Parts: sequence; structure tokens; C-alpha cells
Amino acid sequence: MDMNQYLNMFIDESNDHLQSLNEKMLELESSPADLGIVQVIFRSAHTLKGMAATMGFEDLAALTHQMENVLDLVRNEKLAMQEFIFDTLFKSLDALESMVQDITQGGEGKADVTAIVESLQAIVRGDMAPAASKAVSATPTSSTPAEIVQESKGIQLDEFQQSVIEQSMSEGHQALYLEVFIREDCQLKAVRAYMVFDMLERFGEVIKSEPSTQDIEQDKFDRSFSLYYITQKDEAELKTMILGVSEIENVTMTRLDAESLREMSATAAKSSPISSEILPVETASVASAPVVEESKVAAAPPAAPKAAAKAAVAAPSRTIRVDIDRLDVLMNLFSELLIDRVRLEQLASEVKVPALTDAVEHMGRVSSDLQNIVLKLRMVPVDTVFNRFPRMVRDLAKSLDKKLDLIITGAETELDRTVIDEIGDPLVHLLRNSVDHGVEPIADRIAAGKDETGVVKLSAFHSGNHVFIEIEDDGRGIYRDKILQSAIKKGVVTQEQSVTMKDEEVYQLLFAPGFSTAEVISDISGRGVGLDVVKSKISSLGGHVTVYSTPGKGTKFSVQLPLTLSIISAMLIRVGSEKYAIPLTSIVETGIIKSKQVRDLHGSQLIPYRETHIPLLSLSRVFEVPDFDEREEEETEIVVIRKGDKLAALAVENFIGQNEIVLKSLGKYLPDIQGVSGATILGDGQVALIIDPNAFIK
Amino acid sequence: MAEDIKVIVFKLAKEEYGIEVDKVQTIERMLPITRVPKTFDFVKGVINLRGVVIPVIDLRGRFNLPENEYNDQTRIIIVDVDTTQVGFIVDSANDVVDLDRGRIEKPPEVVGGVKARYLDGVAKLDEERLLIMLNLAEVLNRSEVSQLENIED
Repeated sequence: MDMNQYLNMFIDESNDHLQSLNEKMLELESSPADLGIVQVIFRSAHTLKGMAATMGFEDLAALTHQMENVLDLVRNEKLAMQEFIFDTLFKSLDALESMVQDITQGGEGKADVTAIVESLQAIVRGDMAPAASKAVSATPTSSTPAEIVQESKGIQLDEFQQSVIEQSMSEGHQALYLEVFIREDCQLKAVRAYMVFDMLERFGEVIKSEPSTQDIEQDKFDRSFSLYYITQKDEAELKTMILGVSEIENVTMTRLDAESLREMSATAAKSSPISSEILPVETASVASAPVVEESKVAAAPPAAPKAAAKAAVAAPSRTIRVDIDRLDVLMNLFSELLIDRVRLEQLASEVKVPALTDAVEHMGRVSSDLQNIVLKLRMVPVDTVFNRFPRMVRDLAKSLDKKLDLIITGAETELDRTVIDEIGDPLVHLLRNSVDHGVEPIADRIAAGKDETGVVKLSAFHSGNHVFIEIEDDGRGIYRDKILQSAIKKGVVTQEQSVTMKDEEVYQLLFAPGFSTAEVISDISGRGVGLDVVKSKISSLGGHVTVYSTPGKGTKFSVQLPLTLSIISAMLIRVGSEKYAIPLTSIVETGIIKSKQVRDLHGSQLIPYRETHIPLLSLSRVFEVPDFDEREEEETEIVVIRKGDKLAALAVENFIGQNEIVLKSLGKYLPDIQGVSGATILGDGQVALIIDPNAFIK
Repeated sequence: MAEDIKVIVFKLAKEEYGIEVDKVQTIERMLPITRVPKTFDFVKGVINLRGVVIPVIDLRGRFNLPENEYNDQTRIIIVDVDTTQVGFIVDSANDVVDLDRGRIEKPPEVVGGVKARYLDGVAKLDEERLLIMLNLAEVLNRSEVSQLENIED
């Protein structure tokens, strides 16, 4: 069977599940007692396992299976979450992620996970003693003992046995819980088991075994048996002795203390009426209802969170996946429709038939609604990028031995898909930077009188035609002098320049290529995480990065991004017979100047603007427009454009108006043309070039 | 046994040229062209072909032939080579022929003023008609153009 057609679906869904696993694990870490979250995690892991097994990715399925075992114990309150378990589960998630990654890249999804699997198994085994004490299972009778061993992984003691253990413990003996595994290919299991028992009896006393000694002697057990044992022997010594018996694969032992024993007695008291009730019930099935209810009562504490979790899961996802190419096609088709609409409007106004005018007007309204929807389709909440950060920050803080809270706000803010795809890496860099170099180590924070837990805020919000993403830490801030020292040493700026530089300009030095690799300022910007790469990436998306910092208080990186890359607001202008579009974002204002106001200075032209003079550039000469020259006019329309702090005026013939335009590339064939950033299709079907104002200002 | 290929035939000056049909996306009558400044002379600008902006080049200009006024015979042949779409302005295009690959011969040094490097070969259609097959990859090769421009400077 060809599984390829399902592969994409598998990859998508696996990634979803891994993401939700990551999120829920983090949630659980902050409230470890919430069993409702464990339920959700368990379900996700289970689904993942099922999918992986169906697709034949065995390693993936095997690892998830082990995770599930651990989670199952937690879910049934047989195991309390603790740091080691969290770490192991997170490691497992990482391994799963890399496997899915491998599959995405056409690999087999194979990986060596034995180490992780072992530690997961160790968790399942290691914490078995308290687990066993809570296990609620009917006393082993002649039913299928093997099954009970596998499922309950524990045995129950009666009062007498307990008091024996308690007594011997108080007398200085140690009570152990042992589980012995016999090799699969063993032919004479009963014999081997007998040998183990024989040996144990010589050095102590077996209080109780599961299955019972009788069953073991009759070979009525699977591969393992467990027992409570009292001895004065050393644990390690005992272990080597048991393993010395041939065909014994493994043995685990857990030391019991007074507390685990007490727990045991409590559960035993609760469970005994239930188990005793089960037997008579078998005769009358109707009576089984109260039994079920009673067992539910026993598990009362987790019931409430469980219900809450179910409610959260209940809202089904009402989305479908669409190939991004199809959206692009839709967008293209729509812009053609827009062009036809304008033609129709023109024709209708010429023909002047009321019915036609009405129809065309209605179509105009429908199509502008349609436009909104088509544009929205490409918008994705930034959450799709943000959602991997909590995990990343957690790991990072852990490895740096810092305490950190990541506060995310505005994750629902939407951005164009193309921006979303590109913005992830720069944000990772900035976040790492904040965690690594912004937030101080715990000791330093306490010394500075701050809370030992650092706070990194990641926020996104809309403002006008832009989206801002800000990363703010309450760390040590940036020290201007340190940057300048290093910059002067590197020859980036001179001593004189450094005195007059504004703070903002100094901070921008951090983004200079090669600057970030400087060891000198390792306590500020670090081991070359490549802030210059961050800046160039963000610029290529049409955005800016600004840095704000208060030494000792913290640093804020503010990333400004255009809402979308495919639709921008632009001013349409005419020069001779040609039309051009200038992005509104770089226009400061428009105006008219008289030709006598223009001054010639060293071959370039200047015009007065506010309190200063700015250069006047002739679009017709730069673009060699054949049929227009503003020098022949008495008055010239100008567009004042801006690049950073620098201004310039562009002389044009006249303004057509403001418009939302669809950005198109000029095609692969043409080389990059200075001053032109792309093209758009106007309402009349003609192509207009989009001016890149940045190229006009040096 | 050589395979048959279908070839779009178009005219440039006095010669007939051919492009394999699967490289041709569409053939259009003249469309409004938006001039693109600061590029090669033979790049006439860009057109809007059903919502896609495509650069067009005058094939006469590209081969350093004297350029003509456009008339109602003029066609734009949109070719698609390795996902690069370009329109060729040609004098006329009005024929599709089947051609046996075996009949394409190595081109002479210069045919009709076009250098051999732009040509794939020459095929005899009948006694009078000679079809010149274009090497599209070379025709669209920009680096070679910019080198030429540099020499001229």
C-alpha cells in the first residue's frame, strides 16, 4: 500500500500533537497536580502513537508508548510528577520532534532512543512501590494472575502482613519491594523462580509474593513476579545475587519506608470493601452500578479537573488546511476580477443604463467584501510562531541556571503568512539574547535588589499598517560606554563621533556586521548570536528593529513589521505618460513648490522644507521618462519621502490618488532595478512600477 | 528512429525561427507595455498577462537586428524556461509544424545575423523554407548580455 498520500497528513497532525504536548507539559509543570492536563497529554500521546504505528514508524510508536506508560501512572495517581520525570518527558518530546523532522525530510524517522526509553522505563519501575500501594485490584485468586501483574504492577498486603513489615522495620530490618524479570526464552520459569525464592529465604523473609508461591510453582505466571521482602542484606548485594541466578533478566528493588506503608494501609482499607463486593455482584449484574459509583468516589479528587479538561477539549477545530499556492492563485484571480470590475464600471458610466449601473455597483460592494476575505485568508496569528518559545525559554533558562518567566501577550495578532514564515528565526535570536545576556544570573539579580525570577515579555500588537513585536527583559540593560569602547576598538566609529552619538545610534551598532562576534562585549550582546543577521532579515521583510534600554533596568527590542507583504497602501503618481506607485509608509507629505524656490548647489538641487533644505530629485530624469521634464513647469508637485531620519523630495507631474495595491514581482528575468521594488496592476489593467524610496536617499 | 517534435514557427526579419511547443506558454497579440527604466534596451518593459507581470523583450533587439514598428502582425510569444517567464516580441507567428529531431542540423556560424550560440540547429522544412531552432537558455542568459554591454562601454 502506498502510504505517501497520508504522509503529509501524518506530518501535519504529528506536529500539531507535538506542539500541544509541549504546551500542555509546560502547563503541567506550573501546576503539577492538575490531572486534567495529564489527561490531555495522555490523549495526544496516544493518538500520536496510533498514527505512528499505522504509518509504520516503529521507533516513534515505541517511544510514545513508553511515554504513555509513564503518563498512565501519573494519570491514575500512581505516580506524582517530579522534575526528573518532566525532564525525561521533555527529552522524549525532543526526540519525537527530531524523528518527525526526519520523516518530513523524507527519512525513515529512525533514531536511537534507547537511553530515553530506559529512563522512561526506570520511572515506571522505580516509582512502583508507592504506586503498588495504591493499586486497587482484586486479591489475586485463581483468575489470571499474569494479567494482573502486568496491569496493576503492584500487590496488596493484608493487615497482618503490613504489621509484620512495620514491626521488622522498627527493628532495623529493611523492607523491600522486588520485581524479578525472567528471560523470555526461559524454558523452566518455575524452576528459576524457585531458585530465587530459595535464595531469598536464606537471607530474609518473603512476606508476600504476586502471583502467589503456589501459582509460581505451577508455572502460572508470565515473565515476572514481584514480592515484599524483609532482610538485613544490602540492596546491591542482593541484586547481584539474584542476577546471579541464570536466565534472570532483570530485577528492580524499591525500599519501603513507614510513609509508603501507611499509604498502603489507607488504600487497602478503601479498596477492600470494593473488591469484596465485586464477587457477589457477579451473580446479579444490575447491582454493579453502585460498585462503579463507589470506585468513582474513591477517585474523587481528580474528577473535577478531569471534567474541566474535557470541556476545554470539546470545542472542535473548525479549520481546514489549504495549500498556500492555492491562496496565491486565488489572490491572482481576485486581482484580475478587480481589474474587470473597474472596466465594467467605466463602461456602465458611459452607457448610462440604470439597471446596468445598479448591477455594477452591487458587484462593486460584493467584490470589496470579497477582497477583505481573500486578504484575511493569508493572515495567520503570530501564535504559530510564538507557541514554540515557552519551551525554548524554559530549556534555555534551565541550562543557564536562571529563573525566568516568559509572558506572552497579543499572540492572536495576525500577520501575513509570508512574514510569519520568515520572522521565527530573528525572534529566536532576540529571545535568546534577552535570556542569555539580558537577564542576569540569580545571584546578580538578588545583589541588584531585583526579584530572583527574571521576566521576559513577548508581545505583539497592531498599530496602523504595522505589527509590532516587542521583546522586553528586566535584566541589566545595555551600557552605552561598553558598546562604544568596543566599536572604537574595531574602528566602526571614531572617538569624536562617539561623543556626539545618540543612544539610539549607539544601540544600532549592536546590529553592525561583525560586531556581534566581539568577545569584548560578551556580557552584553554575546557569543555572536548574529544580531546583524536579525536586522538584515527584518529589513528584507520591510521592517525595522529599535532598541530601548535603561542600564540596570532592562532592554526592549521592538520589531516593526508590515502587516502584509502582498498588499500595501500606495500613492499613485503620474510622470508624463507613465504611472508609478510610492508606498505610503515612506511618504512624509506631498506639496507644490515654485521653480524659483529650487536652489542649485554643486550640481544637485535643494528646496527649502520646514527649517531646513532637502534634496530635490527628478523622477523623470532618474527614470529617463521621455515625455516630461519638471524644469519646464512653473510649479512642480513634490512627494517628500523618508528613509530613517533623512528626507528628500521627488518631483512628479501630478498625483492620481491613494490606493491599495497588490505587490507583484517583475519576474525572474529582469535584474534588480535601482529605484524599483516591484510592480502592481492598476484598475485599467496596466502595469505600474512601485518606487523604492530607499534607493533615492543615500 | 528520431522522435517528432512540434515547433511554433515565427518570423523575425526574413528568417523563420522555431521554438518547441512545450516551452511556449501562450501567444498574444500586442498588449500595453509598461516601460521599465534602467535596463537593457531590448527589454521593452512588462506586461500584465492575466494577473501575472511578465517582462517582454524585443527579439530583434536581442539579436542586434534593426527594430521595427509594431503592427497587427506583431505577436508576443510567452515562453517558460525553468520557471522563468519571458515574452518575446516577434514580427509574426502563425504556424505549428511537426519536425523530426533527426532533421535538425548543426547551425552555421551566423544565420540571418544571429550568432550560432543562440541557435540549437537548422532544419530544412522543404526546398525553400529553412527553420532556425532557438536555444532558449542562451537567449535568456543575462550574464552573457551584461558582459557584452561591458565590452561596449
